[in-house]
Amino acid sequence: MSSLATLALVAAEFFKTGLFAVGGGLATLPFLYNMADKYPWFDRTQLADMIAVSESTPGPIGVNMSTYAGFNAGGIIGGIVSTCSLVLPSVIVIIIVAKFLDKFSENFYVKSAFYGLRPAVTALIAIASVEILKISILSLDTFFATGNPLFIFNLKSLIIFVPLVFVVFKWKPHPIFCIIGAAVLGIILKL
Amino acid sequence: MKDLLELYLTFFKIGAFTFGGGYSMMPMIQKEIVEKHKWATDEEVLNYYAVGQCTPGVIAVNTSTFIGYKRRGVLGGFVATAGMITPSLIIIMVIAAFLSNFAHLEFVKHAFAGIRVAVAALVIQAVVKMWKTGVKDAVGVSVFAAAFLVSLIFNVSPIYVVIGSVAVGIAISLLRARGEGNE
Repeated sequence: MSSLATLALVAAEFFKTGLFAVGGGLATLPFLYNMADKYPWFDRTQLADMIAVSESTPGPIGVNMSTYAGFNAGGIIGGIVSTCSLVLPSVIVIIIVAKFLDKFSENFYVKSAFYGLRPAVTALIAIASVEILKISILSLDTFFATGNPLFIFNLKSLIIFVPLVFVVFKWKPHPIFCIIGAAVLGIILKL
Repeated sequence: MKDLLELYLTFFKIGAFTFGGGYSMMPMIQKEIVEKHKWATDEEVLNYYAVGQCTPGVIAVNTSTFIGYKRRGVLGGFVATAGMITPSLIIIMVIAAFLSNFAHLEFVKHAFAGIRVAVAALVIQAVVKMWKTGVKDAVGVSVFAAAFLVSLIFNVSPIYVVIGSVAVGIAISLLRARGEGNE
């Protein structure tokens, strides 16, 4: 297959993914699995590794995964094409929605919808924080395996977490400092 | 031009320090967009994020486009999004080309275990802030509790939570409007 044809396919596939994956980065996963089965760009094993990299590098997971997948399919240009195609539908849709909201921001139904939405979205982020607490400071596997309540928490993580929560709420430092500091502590403590 | 560059660089910074899904960008957005540049209020960010949940695409990108559009129109929407995705493009391609075993390196694992702890602490603080902005009355508390429990116990897709909460918001407002009309 010529590389231009590949790029066109990459663009079409990721545009489709961007258009139909609703609900965040991980919603792009089924589309990527489908691509792994359909095209020779990457297989399911590579995909597992791509997810691991996407989760442990900066940037939204969905964007990271599409860059990785596009890079495997068509090199640097492939990575750029895939990610631009992925975000294009959202940019268009959001600009239309934003125009609509500008016009109807005082509309009764729009205001009422947001009145219900704001607490719900707060709850969704609260759920996300529960999920990362589970993977970052709990070690439930060890607890269930040993039955020893001492193992409910990952003690090293807790050593970072407790002072960090205190610092975050008390001094409200820039998130960048917290992230870099915690990364360094993670390396020192061999977390 | 200077405005657009500032928009690009700010979202570049946010993209470079967002680790995880859309939720993990909230602390950076609150700090950079609301506190530092004052390009949007807490309430607006919450609204944008809500729209980003139920429109196609990556939530972090949707939120960036929204803020960029609000600041500098259509071009702003594109520029903010470009800023948000540039760090991913660079970092991922470098890793894909040269460090195929990146995710398995020992020090990377330790660093990211640490980063996850920081993200947990930062997101908890973001939730507290969002609560102050978004949950203002008994209806808000009930919607929050219902959405939280339904997501936690049944693991339903956020889309249903969004649709349900929109329905509740409109129903309650209609009931109130009718109540006021009758008085």
